[in-house]
Amino acid sequence: MQVPAQFEYHKATSVDDAIALLTRHGPESFVVAGGHSLLPMMKLRLAEPETLIDINGLDELATVTVESDHVRIGAMVRHSALLSSPVIAEHFPIFTDAERLIADPIVRNRGTIGGSLCQADPSEDLSAAFSAMRATAVIRGADGEREVPVREFHRGPYETAVAHEELLVAVRVPIRPASGSAYAKLERRAGDWAVASAGAMLRVDAGTVAEVGIGLSAVGAAHFVAPEAEEYLRGGPASDEAFVEAGRISAAHCSPSADQRGPVDYKRHLAGELTTRVLRRAARRSRGEEA
Amino acid sequence: MTAIGEKGVQDPSVQIHAAEETPRGYGSMKRKEDARFVRGRGQYVDDVVLPGMLHGAVLRSPLAHARITSIDTSAAEAHPKVHAVITGATLEGLGLAWMPTLSQDTQAVLATDKVRFQGQEVAFVVADDRYAARDALALIDVEYEPLEPVIDAKRALEAGTPVIRTDKEGKTDNHIFDWESGDRSATDAVFAEAEAAEDQLVVVQDMIYPRVHPAPLETCGAIADMDPVTGKLTLWTTTQAPHAHRTLYALVAGLPEHKIRIISPDIGGGFGNKVGIYPGYVCAVVASIVTGVPVKWMEDRSENLMSTSFARDYHMRGEVAVTRDGRIRGVRVHVLADHGAFNATAQPTAFPAGFFGVFTGSYDLEAAHCAVTGVYTNKASGGVAYACSFRITEAVYLIERMVDVVAHDLGMDPAELRMRNLLRPEQFPYQSKTGWEYDSGDYPHTLQVALDKAGYQELRAEQADRRRRFADAQRSGAGPAGTAGEPVKLMGIGLSFFTEAVGAGPRRSMDILGLGMADGAELRVHPTGKAVLRVSCQSQGQGHETTFAQIVAQELGLSPDDIDVVHGDTDQTPFGLGTYGSRSTPVSGAATAMVARKVRERAKIVAAAMMEVSADDLEWDDGRWQVAGDPDASRSMADIAMAAHSNLELPEGVEGHLDATCVYNPPNLTYPCGAYICVVDVDPGTGAVDVRRFVAVDDCGMRINPMIVEGQVHGGLADGVGMALMQCIAFDLDGNCLGGSMMDYLLPTSLECPSWELGETVTPSPHHPIGAKGVGESATVGSPPAVVNAVIDALAPYDVRHADMPLTPAAVWCAAQGHPLRPDLGIT
Repeated sequence: MQVPAQFEYHKATSVDDAIALLTRHGPESFVVAGGHSLLPMMKLRLAEPETLIDINGLDELATVTVESDHVRIGAMVRHSALLSSPVIAEHFPIFTDAERLIADPIVRNRGTIGGSLCQADPSEDLSAAFSAMRATAVIRGADGEREVPVREFHRGPYETAVAHEELLVAVRVPIRPASGSAYAKLERRAGDWAVASAGAMLRVDAGTVAEVGIGLSAVGAAHFVAPEAEEYLRGGPASDEAFVEAGRISAAHCSPSADQRGPVDYKRHLAGELTTRVLRRAARRSRGEEA
Repeated sequence: MTAIGEKGVQDPSVQIHAAEETPRGYGSMKRKEDARFVRGRGQYVDDVVLPGMLHGAVLRSPLAHARITSIDTSAAEAHPKVHAVITGATLEGLGLAWMPTLSQDTQAVLATDKVRFQGQEVAFVVADDRYAARDALALIDVEYEPLEPVIDAKRALEAGTPVIRTDKEGKTDNHIFDWESGDRSATDAVFAEAEAAEDQLVVVQDMIYPRVHPAPLETCGAIADMDPVTGKLTLWTTTQAPHAHRTLYALVAGLPEHKIRIISPDIGGGFGNKVGIYPGYVCAVVASIVTGVPVKWMEDRSENLMSTSFARDYHMRGEVAVTRDGRIRGVRVHVLADHGAFNATAQPTAFPAGFFGVFTGSYDLEAAHCAVTGVYTNKASGGVAYACSFRITEAVYLIERMVDVVAHDLGMDPAELRMRNLLRPEQFPYQSKTGWEYDSGDYPHTLQVALDKAGYQELRAEQADRRRRFADAQRSGAGPAGTAGEPVKLMGIGLSFFTEAVGAGPRRSMDILGLGMADGAELRVHPTGKAVLRVSCQSQGQGHETTFAQIVAQELGLSPDDIDVVHGDTDQTPFGLGTYGSRSTPVSGAATAMVARKVRERAKIVAAAMMEVSADDLEWDDGRWQVAGDPDASRSMADIAMAAHSNLELPEGVEGHLDATCVYNPPNLTYPCGAYICVVDVDPGTGAVDVRRFVAVDDCGMRINPMIVEGQVHGGLADGVGMALMQCIAFDLDGNCLGGSMMDYLLPTSLECPSWELGETVTPSPHHPIGAKGVGESATVGSPPAVVNAVIDALAPYDVRHADMPLTPAAVWCAAQGHPLRPDLGIT
């Protein structure tokens, strides 16, 4: 059995309490949400926090609510709740697609949206999906809340815009009528991290691409996005040829690294292939041809 | 939790299967042992807690090859919860720094001079609890002087390569052994003819069966309890072979054998991983001697994957001489076997490459020859594990992959090619060209049953249609993804036909470290007709407590519910070599039948005395001894058992009671076979493989409990899908293990497995007392080539001839692009 090093444990009673605990215990205190990244790292002794601040009791962060033109997803919403949410399925099928492919039901029952984003693993799925949706992160500190576009949230592998004495409390996703979205991921086995994955959001106006977002994960795309491919599509025809070309551009601009999931040329190919596939699917959904 | 209801006492340990479901002998019945497993009441090594017990942890090398310049344990020893720190120097003082392996080599218990693989044992800490033991590992300061590691097996024998085993006097290279089988000159003659003849050809293919790991869900561990008063060592340990372990501890540690008791409680999967003795076990024993209290050591998941017995790692070149009309004449094989840093493979002494000699497969050949060279590398040791039937896995993969390569080169249907070359039923018993005597089988029939079950012709028709659509999509310029949005998937159909050789083995030719491979059984029928059977083999999930009870029940006319099976405790069971290589039913199962027959013969004498007739007048009928021709005059086993313990007068020289012992020395191995057909869909745009169907027709002779057999086959097929598509332990060139966690070493889940379609044919073993053959490893042996053949078949539009396992999406895509991946090294 793998056993962690010794640590102190505190259960936060509110967001303010969590921030106060983080302040009091300093840089070696870690927030634990679902724990599906942190606890294995602790057992492997890759992480040895002095203090754990448990925010699992903060039910006020565990809701999905429609607020006029956007949906606010609390940071403590579990993957399984996002997967089963009818609001999400109606407005953002990209998340339903992605959640079906994240880990397994046991992990999804416990793991959280905020935990996934804050872990900021370069292969994490929701970072790409939220980036594709051009969502906004809501971060709270002692001085109140601030908002950061998800596309500026990630500062590098395992680094985010959330400072030590702050907490990610929610993500806001704009509702775009007559748009479509989709997510695709290739994995070696159910529950494995992505070899590569792509997410797309499309709003088509009279055959022309009015709004587009393309997210990529596990292929070294900066901020989990493919801006060159988005730029190419915006204002142009929503045609299959354009989607194939956008895939080619995504592939050309990402910078995957080789590991046991595959060599660079394969991952680059996949980034393009999956980009094209999700654009096609998002387009079909925007036309109401597919649920 | 025992409750008394209308039906009397409801014992939770038996109510899981209703009494009416229990057959009197053979037949499907729920497993008796599952009552405790499904309730979480199993007792595994880590569940054992002894008073005053301390906990051990192993410090492991981060480097694959390095000289140890110093080890400072003072900070760890100063830890308030630490009782002892043991190093190689400590063990050297006791003469235990090195231990013999199961292959007449030596292995470091704790490194003294050098570390030779990443994860090798360097020190052992004993502390109050497992947390403190782990904490203290970080306090040990080891200084290493890095040496160049030897990772690529193909370069291990090159001049100038560093010598790994500098501990062996005079060793100047990394060579372990050369071994050959078959007739080299006869084989070369057949190949020379084939090369010269217009109507023949020689087909050559290199292939790697990559290193995999059995990864049992319960990792390895032990609790050593040396009683300082009696001098008796009790060792609870994860072993598939408790009696062999006892003898080895006696020989290695110099402990008297009668003062050693090995207890192997419930074992959570073995697959060959728990055959050998690991350094951690020895350290636990030493720690208990040093501290005077029991010491528990359980390795964690990464330790299990990185340091314990791996499997395969065979680099093979197969050559087949074949006529252009598809008659296979000869097979020639060269193997480079990567054994890691110590040659610790577990196999019979005379077989350094295990039973790889069965590479001639299921075919009628004119000649065959193989040459195997074993080499050391800076990797963990092992080599025979993971349900491999002593390397028949590699042999079957080689021949079944080669047959498909031949079919590819000849443009022949692989089913037709196999049918043309399979052994015919009238050829049995068949003497193979490498010296094995196949006992029985009807191979064409078994293959035909599988082809019919799969609907082979319809599958080929569907495939042809799919290939047309794929070609159309390619021509239209839309690429493999097609314009409709959904890619046209490529369909592949793969076959394998395997022959296994299991049930080692005849004492005259098979032993492990001098211990002949025979197994004992003891059977005692109590006065009330209930019985206890004691066997030397050790279940790791195979269902022995049910199957062996059913064998006794069948022989004695009892209910399996009335027979207890005792195993896994050397103080409670007769000697024998344990459970691996699918040997339990062939050897211990035979011993069980034979001992039951001895008891039945004793019962006959008692029954004759009871009825005051001559024993010669009795016949065994439906579970009773009966006076021939008089059904009213009979006695059941329960009646006889009571009489045998009573004051009934027995004939001169006949002792009372009803028990017997037996040792079974198998006259031959048993040779199960099977025909497997796999159907896959491959996404050409991503390389992803979906196993759509898998038809498995097994012939394992007599089936004692068909449900258990089917469960074994299901597990083995899942293993095969795992090996073919995802499992692999690769190493980067620095010697870092790239499969050291369940995140990196992928086990298949139900989502990767189709609903298995099983079938059977039955050709009983002519020499086994009940006609049974081993089956535990059949599916693990037979399924990988079927999956690989299916994937390669799917890639026909890309003219792929071969690609190595594991066929991950990347490997499939790269093979289709014409630059296949090498699976044993890290992807760069």
